[in-house]
Amino acid sequence: MTPAVPDVSFVLNVSLLVMLLAVAVAIAVTRSLLAAILLLSVYSFLGAAWLMVMDAADVAFTEAVVGAGVSTLVLLGALLLTRGETIKTDWKQQIGPLALVLAVGGLLIYAAAGLPGYGDPASPANSYVGRAYLQATYNDIGAPNVVTAVLASYRGFDTLGETTVIFAACIGVALMLDPGSSGAPAQASRIRPGQHIVLKVISKLLIPLIILFAFYVQFHGDLGAGGGFQAGVTLAVAVILHALVFGLDETTRAFPPHLMRAISSGGVMVYSAVGVVCILNGGGFLDYDFLFTPQLEAAIPPGLLGDPDSKHHWGQHFGILLIELGVLLTVSSTMVSIFFGFAGRAPRAASVGQGG
Amino acid sequence: MSEPVQMIGGALILLGAIWSIMGAVGVLRFPDVYTRIHAASLTDTGAATLMLFGMGLMGEAGMVTLKLFFVWAFIMLTTPTSANALANAAFGSGHSPRIGNFQIVRGKNGGGSAPDRGARA
Amino acid sequence: MSWFIANFNYIVVVILMMTGLFIIFSSANLIRRMIGLALFQSSTGLFYISLSKVSGGTAAIVVPPDSAEARALAAQLDPAYVAAFGVKGVVYANPLPHVLILTAIVVGVATLAVGLAIAVRVREAYGTVEAPEIDDLGRSVTEGPENGR
Repeated sequence: MTPAVPDVSFVLNVSLLVMLLAVAVAIAVTRSLLAAILLLSVYSFLGAAWLMVMDAADVAFTEAVVGAGVSTLVLLGALLLTRGETIKTDWKQQIGPLALVLAVGGLLIYAAAGLPGYGDPASPANSYVGRAYLQATYNDIGAPNVVTAVLASYRGFDTLGETTVIFAACIGVALMLDPGSSGAPAQASRIRPGQHIVLKVISKLLIPLIILFAFYVQFHGDLGAGGGFQAGVTLAVAVILHALVFGLDETTRAFPPHLMRAISSGGVMVYSAVGVVCILNGGGFLDYDFLFTPQLEAAIPPGLLGDPDSKHHWGQHFGILLIELGVLLTVSSTMVSIFFGFAGRAPRAASVGQGG
Repeated sequence: MSEPVQMIGGALILLGAIWSIMGAVGVLRFPDVYTRIHAASLTDTGAATLMLFGMGLMGEAGMVTLKLFFVWAFIMLTTPTSANALANAAFGSGHSPRIGNFQIVRGKNGGGSAPDRGARA
Repeated sequence: MSWFIANFNYIVVVILMMTGLFIIFSSANLIRRMIGLALFQSSTGLFYISLSKVSGGTAAIVVPPDSAEARALAAQLDPAYVAAFGVKGVVYANPLPHVLILTAIVVGVATLAVGLAIAVRVREAYGTVEAPEIDDLGRSVTEGPENGR
């Protein structure tokens, strides 16, 4: 059963995929690491456009901010710290990987031919649990954005695990790239006053707007595309922009690294605290229906959300709000902390082999 | 919106697409990093302006037009800045602009520092 | 040919994944390997989202059931189609893979950062990020006369 619309989205899908393919081949072929990193940023941005064609608004948002933004920054930072000569790989070494990749690729394409067609509404993936979430969200949770509802409420425990993984990455990078260790001072700011005036003026104009937008995305996560992950990365990008334009010393005065690590753990604690409060009130872990005690619920004026079942939804609404706050804290401080780790480390001589 | 306005909007979007292609051809064919930066920023500002204006004409009046206007304002702020930053970085790393048939030597590193080594800067 | 068109998404996504995998296997430079890994992770995400696309569907943000928006969205499609596959009168894309890939992307960049931090420390310890040279240096350290530094 096909819908009665001309499938413009398929043409867009094909053209964007072909562009992605071209960029991926360029990444594989290019010799220069800097070019590969920037092409990866282009790849992420094209991927975000493709994701919009696939009606995945939240994912497109996240891919654009994370892939084209933070990922490029982190790779560039690592490139600056590991600068060295690249040894040439001869083509004989590449035959083995190429054969393996062709074999695996052939098997995967053969297997993928059995998957449902493009846009099939009756495929198993789109039929059972997916549709159940679409049908049940408005009654259970009252949040229009189904992706946020599933992420924050139906599968909130998974999201707690992922937030903890992000926190662990923050600690991992902080342990390995702590700027205060081994005595080598962080790079002094090499931006002299009077330089980069255009960048400074535009950054001063844009940074408050970016922060405002991050908070808008955070609080409207359950009404439109958005949520804690996108807002956290956007907030981190505002801080990173400040550090890039005005120097790391200025930024670490406002956002010291130890505070970033503390906030990162604070976010996970807020998230878990919401779950524990739900247990204390008689429900399961992260069961937001039990977030409010009955006395508190009785004090809420009826019909405040315009929904006949609004009291039932208050717990869900606040539960989602609080855990998104936890996610925002952890994600933003982790990204900032990672950037500080890479940017604040001076390139050092080797301790084995060359330097002795 | 009415039919002629939609057609104008569509024509503007098409014009923006052609502009983008011209910008891409410019990035590939221009000889020097500075002229290529010019071509790339032309794509961002000119083509984006045409396409956004065309989209604004094709959509309905109201929130959509306002949002497109803000997108246009943001692009107008950030694209010239990034072009400026790119040109600054290119100059700081030693690329000197090719003017006419000869290369201006910058004398800082004794002239002809590594990035000045040829046409494909 | 029609097989190619029907499975175009999957073919291209598999090629993208294999490109990333090839970069990981064939490059000696640790940073280039991380780039290949990022490419691979991104392409896997694209695969999942390909599966979640519903023809004629819109983003998974539920509009109020009988509003003008819902009617406008449903008016573009065949009524029988909307009745069969729509939820409260509108056809939506499947939200579940979106949730999975959203967190996967952010976790992916966090793990990319950890991997790159390791690469930076390797560079500081060995002076190089090329895997064969690191192997040689490591072997010379553990097997050389100056053992147990």
